[in-house]
Amino acid sequence: MTEPLLVLDGLHKSFGALRATDNVSLDLAPASIHALIGPNGAGKSTLIAQIAGSLKPTAGTVRFLGQDITALSVPKRAQLGLGRTFQVSSLAMAFSALRNVMLAVQARQHATFRFWRPVRVDRSLIDPSMAQLERVGLKERAHLPVTALSHGERRQLELAVALALEPKVLLLDEPMAGLGGEDSLRMTEVLTGLRQDVAMLLVEHDMDAVFRLADKISVLVYGRVIASGSVEDIRASQEVRDAYLGE
Amino acid sequence: MLEMRRENLLNAGIALLLLAVPLVAWAIDETYYITVASRVAILALAGVGLNLALGFGGMVSFGHAAFFGLGGYAAGVLSHHAFEGSAFMSWPVMIDGSDSTLTLWFAALLLSGVVAAIIGAISLRTTGVYFIMITLAFAQMIYYLAISLPTYNGEDGLPLYLRSNLPGLDLSNDLTFFFVCYALLLLAIFLSVRIVGSRFGAALECARQNENRLSAIGIAPYPVKLTAFVLSAMITGLAGALFVELNGFVSPSILSWHLSGEIMIFVILGGVGRFYGPIVGAALFIVLETVIGGYTERWQLFLGVILLGVVLFARGGVIGLLAGKARHD
Amino acid sequence: MSAAFIFEQLLNSLQLGVMLFVMAAGLTLVFGVMGLINLAHGSLYMVGAFFCAWVAGETGSFWIGLGAGLVAAAAAGAIIEMLVMRRLYDRDHLDQVLATFSLILIFNEGTRWVFGAQPLYLDIPDALATSVPLPGGGGYPLYRLMIIGFGVLTAVGLYLLISRTRLGMQIRAGESDREMIGALGVDINTLYTLVFAIGAMLAGLAGALVGALQSVEVGMGEPVLILAFVVIVIGGIGSIKGALIGAILVGLVDTLGRAFLHQLFALALPPAEANGYGAALASMSIYLLMAIVLAWRPKGLFPVNA
Ligand SMILES: Nc1ncnc2c1ncn2[C@@H]1O[C@H](COP(=O)(O)OP(=O)(O)OP(=O)(O)O)[C@@H](O)[C@H]1O
Ligand SMILES: [Mg+2]
Repeated sequence: MTEPLLVLDGLHKSFGALRATDNVSLDLAPASIHALIGPNGAGKSTLIAQIAGSLKPTAGTVRFLGQDITALSVPKRAQLGLGRTFQVSSLAMAFSALRNVMLAVQARQHATFRFWRPVRVDRSLIDPSMAQLERVGLKERAHLPVTALSHGERRQLELAVALALEPKVLLLDEPMAGLGGEDSLRMTEVLTGLRQDVAMLLVEHDMDAVFRLADKISVLVYGRVIASGSVEDIRASQEVRDAYLGE
Repeated sequence: MLEMRRENLLNAGIALLLLAVPLVAWAIDETYYITVASRVAILALAGVGLNLALGFGGMVSFGHAAFFGLGGYAAGVLSHHAFEGSAFMSWPVMIDGSDSTLTLWFAALLLSGVVAAIIGAISLRTTGVYFIMITLAFAQMIYYLAISLPTYNGEDGLPLYLRSNLPGLDLSNDLTFFFVCYALLLLAIFLSVRIVGSRFGAALECARQNENRLSAIGIAPYPVKLTAFVLSAMITGLAGALFVELNGFVSPSILSWHLSGEIMIFVILGGVGRFYGPIVGAALFIVLETVIGGYTERWQLFLGVILLGVVLFARGGVIGLLAGKARHD
Repeated sequence: MSAAFIFEQLLNSLQLGVMLFVMAAGLTLVFGVMGLINLAHGSLYMVGAFFCAWVAGETGSFWIGLGAGLVAAAAAGAIIEMLVMRRLYDRDHLDQVLATFSLILIFNEGTRWVFGAQPLYLDIPDALATSVPLPGGGGYPLYRLMIIGFGVLTAVGLYLLISRTRLGMQIRAGESDREMIGALGVDINTLYTLVFAIGAMLAGLAGALVGALQSVEVGMGEPVLILAFVVIVIGGIGSIKGALIGAILVGLVDTLGRAFLHQLFALALPPAEANGYGAALASMSIYLLMAIVLAWRPKGLFPVNA
């Protein structure tokens, strides 16, 4: 067994009386995809937010690459190699798709406090960014402002931005939501191609995609992990069917 | 693309127009208008400073008069001491007055920059209305400090009898003085263009649009914004130093919150986030003041109505009206 | 330093505090319900003072003047709400700041146009132009005590309005959710105009009451406006309770700073310098207070979730 990249240990998060995360412990092994499924409002996004650092857990710890990162800020975690996409696309709306990715490449290079050279002609930013856009299928749309992109294209752009960080772990919050059949297939392919380099925690409602991609599945209901196991285990589990799959 | 070119042409026209006014005034011996043009250039410079924070960084500072005034006081106080032949301070280090232009500018940049670092460090912990209000309040604090400290005549201010010395140029010549202000204005715009187009500028503009996005890719917004805030304040501070030299007078009125509002007006009238917008804004403001002010004392009433109209119905300011929406590609 | 002096200073701070509260309550109410930041609030203060002074001068009665000041401020508020503010609710704060800054210019010049450039004077009603003896000797002007009384009444009145009335319920609903109040079947435009007019009337009340203590002149509302902003920033923008606590704090710090700081400096410095530095620090003290509060709590003492 190799060391897991990401370990959640006894995470709790309450909003007033609501327990959005209730004693969640999970690991993410290298080169694997761990899917997190559960009904609406189960607390999946809340959990992602605690891993990414935008929400502070009420209790529990998050360990990443062997280091306790519970107290680290969002940017620090990102610099360590924790990439994420948002459930509701969150991009620099006035920028073009390309500039959104370029900013991530620049962040990856730790070279933000440079005040002189124009980014418009900076090949060291443009070339890797175009490569990421090509990978997610957005090359033709690179120069359009985000406002001109469709909902699905924004999802793809989110992924390109996250990939530009060359993360060790990716947190994906419903990357397929709103994608048409073709785009969703493409996204599945991209994620499959990535799995050797990047471990992923994948929140997704599209069960076909989950069963195709995941090495391991955890089921979250009312903030609790009610089941965790291989794809077969979860398919077979009566409890999961009752609680979630509704079959 | 077409719009970009239109804006560039417009910008060139604006810059040339501002240059032409004092030249014509000089040719027909209407020297008063040379001073008016210098005022426009200086106020526009203050606006260029604010635009960096407000237009590109989305930091709505309602306290930029503080930096304008501090720059002005730094220059004014040092040249006052030089004229008197006294020292500015003798302890813990000896600092004499100075009549060297470069020293005065340096002092203005330094003082406004250091104070902006302190004010920014606290204010940038807040956002939204809190940021607007806290910058306003800090500026008021400095205003009241200047009013109540008797050392430099408090509310009455200090007259300055001589312009400072810039090697090779005679600043007491109004046209020369204009050229210096104009050159600094264009330099500041050029610097803004470079900064905004740079990696730092990309991060700054992202901070304006979506701070969460910036954090998520591993760039902390706070130091980016603070740096921009300080740079912005320094440009405005330099404008303050020029303003004091132009008027030969420094008083707390250059720290007042009305001035903060006016610097904002320059930026908005011209167009938020437009590099040459502050020139248009400041020029319009001064033209309104001189033209309408020539007919009636109530020119501020008309200014208010026009400004209200711009805010309510012509967002994007004058440059927005003439050159279309701003582009970020 | 006698006990009477200290007591007098405490009453002065309370008087300043309650006046600031009356100003700040309107500001914070408008922000809380409509999300609007209104720089022209100080102009409504000025309108209240001018109409009060003018009508009191014409009729010879302070009380008729006060009524006129309140009506004028409320009317001015309702008018600008319908003409201008309404277009600003969905705009960003920058637009709101600029539009209401323009209104200040318009109000200032407009007032000068109507009332002339000379300040007006408003006399304290005869019945109140006496002092009340203080425990420990000395006296305190009855009029200032009445101001404190008005402030307390306003606080109680607002509390009852918001917690006990139908309008208050709508205001509370409006604070948490604009859609919901539409769902309650309330005409949102009327509600907003009403809330704005109430805020304006409070500003007018403060202006008229303070108008009898100083000259009534153009621009009188601006220093008070900025103080009121300091108050609501300290208290938490949108929170009436925060406005009350913030106002009392600011009143205390400002008044006591002016009264005592120079004496503190005098322990270490020669009197002339001590006075200078004391005055300088006193005038900065409330801004320092605000900076400290915000450095510690960036959303004020009683943050309102927005
Ligand atoms: N900031 C917050 N304050 C209060 N409650 C919150 C907050 N954020 C989330 N919640 C609540 O926590 C619960 C979990 O929300 P979350 O968004 O994590 O669900 P989810 O599993 O991602 O759902 P979905 O599939 O719809 O995206 C919900 O009941 C939600 O209303
Ligand atoms: Mg979710």
